[in-house]
Amino acid sequence: MSAHLKQDAPVTDNRLDDMKQGVLGTATSRVEGLLKVTGTAPYAAEYPIDGCAEGVLVTSTIAKGEVTAIDEDSVLSMPGVIAVIDHPSLTARPAQGTAGEAPAQPARKVGYFGQPVAVVVAESFEQARDAAKQLKVTYRADDDVAFDPEAVDAEAQDGATSQGDLAHAMKEASASVDVTYRTEGHSSAAMEPHAAIAQWDGDTLTVHASLQMLNYNISELADSLGLDEGKVRLIARYVGGGFGSKLGISEETVAASVAAMRLDRPVRVVMSRQQVLQCIMRRSETRQRFRLAAGADGKLTGFGHEARVSNLPGESFAEPVLQSSHFLYAGENRELSMEVARIHRMTAGSVRAPGEAVGMPALECAMDMLAEELALDPVELRLRNIPEKHPASGLPFSSHKLAECLQQGAEAFGWDSGPRTPRHTREGEWWIGTGMASAARVHNVGEAKARVTLKADGTALVETDMTDIGTGTYTILAQLVGEMLGLPIDDVLVELGDTRHPRGPGSGGSWGAASIGSAAYLACKALRETLAERAGMTETDLALRDGGVVGGASLEELLNGETLVEEGHYEPGDVTDDYTAAGYGAFFARVRVNRFTGETRMEHMLGAFGFGRVLNTRTARSQCIGGMTWSIGAALTEAMLFDPVDGHLANCDLAEYHVPVNRDVPDLDVLFVEERDGVASPIQAKGIGELGMCGGAGAIANAIYNACGARVLDFPMTPDRVLAAMPD
Amino acid sequence: MRPFDYQRADSRDHAGQLTAGEHAQAIAGGTNLLDLMKLQVETPQTLVDINRLGHREIEDRDDGGMWIGALATNTETAVHPRVRSDYPVLARAILAGATQQLRNRATTGGNLCQRTRCYYFTNIDQPCNKREPGSGCGAIEGIAKLHAVLGASSQCIATYPGDMAVAMSALDAQVEIAGADGGTRTVPVRDFHRLPGDTPWKDNVLEPGDLITGVTLPPPVKGRQLYRKVRERSSYAFALCSVAAIVAMDGDTIARADLAFGGLAHKPWHDPEVGQVLIGQKPGADLFNRAADVLLRDARGYGENDFKIPLARRTLAAVLAEATGVEL
Repeated sequence: MSAHLKQDAPVTDNRLDDMKQGVLGTATSRVEGLLKVTGTAPYAAEYPIDGCAEGVLVTSTIAKGEVTAIDEDSVLSMPGVIAVIDHPSLTARPAQGTAGEAPAQPARKVGYFGQPVAVVVAESFEQARDAAKQLKVTYRADDDVAFDPEAVDAEAQDGATSQGDLAHAMKEASASVDVTYRTEGHSSAAMEPHAAIAQWDGDTLTVHASLQMLNYNISELADSLGLDEGKVRLIARYVGGGFGSKLGISEETVAASVAAMRLDRPVRVVMSRQQVLQCIMRRSETRQRFRLAAGADGKLTGFGHEARVSNLPGESFAEPVLQSSHFLYAGENRELSMEVARIHRMTAGSVRAPGEAVGMPALECAMDMLAEELALDPVELRLRNIPEKHPASGLPFSSHKLAECLQQGAEAFGWDSGPRTPRHTREGEWWIGTGMASAARVHNVGEAKARVTLKADGTALVETDMTDIGTGTYTILAQLVGEMLGLPIDDVLVELGDTRHPRGPGSGGSWGAASIGSAAYLACKALRETLAERAGMTETDLALRDGGVVGGASLEELLNGETLVEEGHYEPGDVTDDYTAAGYGAFFARVRVNRFTGETRMEHMLGAFGFGRVLNTRTARSQCIGGMTWSIGAALTEAMLFDPVDGHLANCDLAEYHVPVNRDVPDLDVLFVEERDGVASPIQAKGIGELGMCGGAGAIANAIYNACGARVLDFPMTPDRVLAAMPD
Repeated sequence: MRPFDYQRADSRDHAGQLTAGEHAQAIAGGTNLLDLMKLQVETPQTLVDINRLGHREIEDRDDGGMWIGALATNTETAVHPRVRSDYPVLARAILAGATQQLRNRATTGGNLCQRTRCYYFTNIDQPCNKREPGSGCGAIEGIAKLHAVLGASSQCIATYPGDMAVAMSALDAQVEIAGADGGTRTVPVRDFHRLPGDTPWKDNVLEPGDLITGVTLPPPVKGRQLYRKVRERSSYAFALCSVAAIVAMDGDTIARADLAFGGLAHKPWHDPEVGQVLIGQKPGADLFNRAADVLLRDARGYGENDFKIPLARRTLAAVLAEATGVEL
């Protein structure tokens, strides 16, 4: 049986609020938490597979050109070396998220420094790693290679908005800002490196891999290998972080598969930390010009956001920094446009919250400057500029909690709405200041299927190829199904991450919970119809709790030895086109800036968010504080440093690519603003994960300015940049 | 990592014999060496494990000074009650470096011998005169944010990355070295590390077969001891600039100013003339600036690291202000 919904209209019945188990929306601990902290949850590379050979990728030492020769003999006599695989199926780049087809091939054609060009397979990892370093590869290097995104002409992107006359609005404005911000490239830097073990039985390929979106990954891998999708099985039960870098398949998954098929034995390929940073998707650096015009009433009359980002030739992805700028603030005269510079750094793609992660902080700095020009409280400036409908398309908003987030956040933080002058507070060497920013992130959903089996013993099984990349999918599905079927979560077993199960949307774009949750919800609703019929009542009257009808029969009795199975199938429909749906929030930060050294230290940060129904307050909060920690990294420390001579990534380990450490992160407060968004999904939930970093770095930057008077125009705001901008 | 032989030394002489060969290297904590071996930056044919040689003691010396054994871990040194009370600059410097896990493994001798974190040194696909003499320096035209502004050469602009040795330089500690010939010699920490010159592959004065046995700290002196490390994140980052300071006042003038700097050069930077500017003078902004003028008189930036020159000046002022109680 299957229960299908193509969502063409809002679902506002909020049925989950009627349920009686009381487990959804609580602070439930992760159901797989014990396995993870005891090291017994196997990650991709950890499956014990007999006779597994070890593959290590060989990476290019040029940025553009071609491999002309690979001298296999230079390593085949080394101990343990089995083969050098240099096959046309090997991929040169990762697949973009939801690509569903093979990424660029063959690997011999080089597009960036550090690109995998071959894989060496040996009996032991150490032998393979040594041989990969010793392998003699000859290249023909092209001369015409650009690394600097500012040094080349850029291509205009489709989707620009030009409305009214922005130049005129700027001229007529009571207050205006025309400023250019720059952000540096980011790496996803997930803890678990990209890894795969491939097994080939002569007919079918089984791959344990570290991936976010199996439903798309299976097509990408099958296409890369020229196999029928039915002959491929992907397994990713536990994933140690993805942050966008595992949306599409990467080179190790294809390399392990090609090697396993050619050698007829299992092969494991794990990227080194250096390879992860050098080969995996980067977030493009950005240059963003803002033109904001406002009347004396603080209302925007003009809004301009023009951006330059970069990618390799042939890649369609362009860091969508304008995404929320299209609808966040009013202003009838609008210019929004983007261009892409084609350069030879590694592939640019989705890194957590693509677009808003760097677009929003820069916008929110420009808004802070405008508030200063207007001598207006920056919170008030935002409140005055929340549009009633999408300012360009005119579409209605689904549900919009920005005002509530700003107001409740300001109150909880103790925001001082009085005049703001930099350097108002000093403690010894430290200037102390506050800053705020709005948060916004477009809401995404994707097609999703999940099977829910209600067994004769009254317990439930949920199956889907959806992944849990550390976000809490196992837990929220157990809660949601438990809530719908009146079961404690211990009676709900969730099986994820296997393409033999019904296809989910995968984890990415913060769409997982709302999409797969809706599929599970639909399946449960159908199960409830059957149970209601057996209990002699309507589904709306059916109250289930603790394994039975409240005051009535147990599930076991209703099932009477039978097993019920339903597959929920959720599809986004017209509702997606009829509304503008997004998550909103507000960030408030207090920082201290050292007046001698320019070092910034976080004192406190608070985020208030409205993202529809909260399925689990503990995992939702963890998502938010994770996002806010990324905000700290984007504001203060994270930058990919590319060599100007040959384009290689210089800081390619976690000692030198500076994600925030514990000491950089103060106590983070998270406040949920109550919301149900029936447009967003049938369970009234929106995406959470990414919203926590969509603007937060702007609040920190604004606090730096308020603390010490340094208006730094480059992210991250490292001590050298703060000092250079700091007034004497 | 290249295949290598593993040998365990059971005596100092044995270790000297084993490490005297050209392709042998001693291993203690291994926190730096093993990383470099994985990257094939270091490719020893023989690793000589010296962890069973003793030399782990941290003891008082008759003259009131202290002895820190070469194999004492950084954690043991940093938490030692006497180090904390009499040599707080050393405890603070150690705790400003690496992470707790690394400090639990890292040793005194290994820390002195740690190698630069220059991005070009640690990447064998890049030119580096320190790693591969004659191959060039990638950093001079490349990413040089971490690099030296004092004492660099056209061959190498790498910095010494450590913190512990910066404090030891301010303290004027002495390194005791057992030679392959069975003899023992003492080298001031201030002379232990080298400037790159035309031989950037030589980080320090150790010769094949030499083994550090420990470090002697002179008797404690009066004064405030501070270690200030400026970095891009608040832990687990190398210094953009660091200052180790031992400053004593006599009334309202400075009586002692032993200063050493990290993150600025190929070695912990100690310039006695900086202290001489300060001694006998009343502390204040002008004086601190004059000291910085002397410190930075030959400073040169390479573009990306130009900021280190004003940063060093400002950090020195902050440290001296704190040490002398002057408000700037």
